[in-house]
Amino acid sequence: MKPLTNEQIRAVIAKGKFRDNVFKATGIFCLALALLVIVALIADMVIKGADRFTIDFFMNFASRRAKDAGILSAWVGSLLVMLVTALAAVPLGVAAGLYLEEYAKRNWITNVIEINITNLAAVPSIVYGLLALGIFVYQFGLGQSILSAGLTLALLILPIIIVSTREAIRAIPAMIREGSMAVGATRWQTCRYHIVPYAMPGILTGVIIGLARAIGETAPIITIGALTFIAFLPPAPFMGEPAAGLFDWVMAPFTVMPIQIFNWTSRPDPAFEVNAAAAGFVLMAMVLSMNAVAIYLRYKMRKKIKW
Amino acid sequence: MSANNNSDLHQVSNRLAYNAMRNWKERLIEAVLLAAAAVSVLTTLGIVYVLVSESVSFFASVSIVDFLTDTQWTPLFDDAHFGIMVLISGTLVSSGIALLVAIPMGTIIAIYLSEFADSRVREAAKPILELLGGIPTIVFGYFALLVVTPILQVILPGLPGFSLLSAGLVMGIMIVPYVASLSEDAMRAVPMSMREGAYAMGSTKLYTAVHVVVPAAISGLAASYILGISRAVGETMILAVAAGMQPNLTWNPMEPAATITSFIVQVALGDLPHGSIGYQTIFAAGLTLLLITLVFNILGQWLRAKYREVY
Repeated sequence: MKPLTNEQIRAVIAKGKFRDNVFKATGIFCLALALLVIVALIADMVIKGADRFTIDFFMNFASRRAKDAGILSAWVGSLLVMLVTALAAVPLGVAAGLYLEEYAKRNWITNVIEINITNLAAVPSIVYGLLALGIFVYQFGLGQSILSAGLTLALLILPIIIVSTREAIRAIPAMIREGSMAVGATRWQTCRYHIVPYAMPGILTGVIIGLARAIGETAPIITIGALTFIAFLPPAPFMGEPAAGLFDWVMAPFTVMPIQIFNWTSRPDPAFEVNAAAAGFVLMAMVLSMNAVAIYLRYKMRKKIKW
Repeated sequence: MSANNNSDLHQVSNRLAYNAMRNWKERLIEAVLLAAAAVSVLTTLGIVYVLVSESVSFFASVSIVDFLTDTQWTPLFDDAHFGIMVLISGTLVSSGIALLVAIPMGTIIAIYLSEFADSRVREAAKPILELLGGIPTIVFGYFALLVVTPILQVILPGLPGFSLLSAGLVMGIMIVPYVASLSEDAMRAVPMSMREGAYAMGSTKLYTAVHVVVPAAISGLAASYILGISRAVGETMILAVAAGMQPNLTWNPMEPAATITSFIVQVALGDLPHGSIGYQTIFAAGLTLLLITLVFNILGQWLRAKYREVY
């Protein structure tokens, strides 16, 4: 083979560099496209929904007239469902994560639980809706209530909370545990006073990401049969029929933000598009601010913690 | 400690009692924590139980052969047909379009971030992708129907108001972050020495990325694609909003069609009595959906095991 001349070598190098640059440009283009979608989405909703951002929009019930319709029952419903979800998912998720990291022995039970959690994360959300329809709504007789919806979403985000709890716990060095046990603490005391407090920022990040996912989830809640047109609020504590004291509202019918948006989007009358845009923006603002808090927490955590 | 022997003895026995209490409490706590971890297993059992038991009643009145071969899906009509292929075709076409967008875009972004971008770009890009992945699917559905479809109608004048194409494209964008972040993690786990070896032999960055890093990370890439497929097959709201909900046995993305998921939504929006055949159909459809995602997950695990590279 004849050796290449300098010019030929230069040409080969130039070609390689050119290809590198073309790929770099493609990569930046793809990232820009992703950013563009976010910007276009938000801009569209802000521009279309601009004149609906009034106090009335937040304080009115759904209505047949687009101009009078508001999102009061939707945002109240979303908040209450999230409350139930958090109350159910956080203790369960943290306890499960704690068990798997600090207590579990390496046996088949642990293996089954771990494989199961991985697989649950890949189950489509609508399947959780079917589970809830069969079990919560009919078997347990909870009906199409805030409680059913909250528990459904709790099961849905449980894997997210378990995984982030485990990651946070795993990052705590063994010397913390050894130190605690050396002064006579039991396993639970070690967990209660050392492991959980140190893992808290990580757990919190997972909880917020999980709730941000849950608040935007539509399919499982539609599947359990939530109503799309609700012109009243759930009863306040101690005001409900039948009375359940502080928790009168948990058995009430409800609607949530995503369902309200779905309802408005699928109406043929374009006047409702404006409402859908405005409500979509409100939902986006909720989800994005929750995500932003989580990202900020993680960022701060990474900077601060040095063992 | 006092000099009094009696009181010393008393204290010791007290401490033993306290210790026994403590052990008992420890056991109890461990049992409670185990119960919490077992909830996830119960969830799986619950899903399987609900889907299978309702499907069994469904298949008591509809034969499996009809279910798999009929070309019509009209479960709520008087002349009821239950051909699941009608829904599967919609699911496959929309997922196919979504993957045509998500896999190339996700892989390119991953290669760019892991091999080319400097740390500042990477720090900025990760939150962007995370935000994109956090957008509720109903908002994407709104976007597909009211923003993307009108734009596509300018390019493709024959496009109807509802189509698998526009829903699929937006679904693809939605899945990009999942594919990109998992693929990037896989590529970043490839040891630096392999890249250095390639550079030492005069490879360009792109050549190294495509011929060294990607093959080394292929099992992770496959896993991210499988996750993308699962997301696409199980996605509901984008399709329910933007693809129309008419059952339509078609392979043409320009047409509206129902998918397995959007059919379930459509039925749930109505008011079907518990225990009716219409009520049971959604569980049979759900079981089909779960089996499809299960097949892909098993395939993914097999691929990962087969091409696993250990350094």
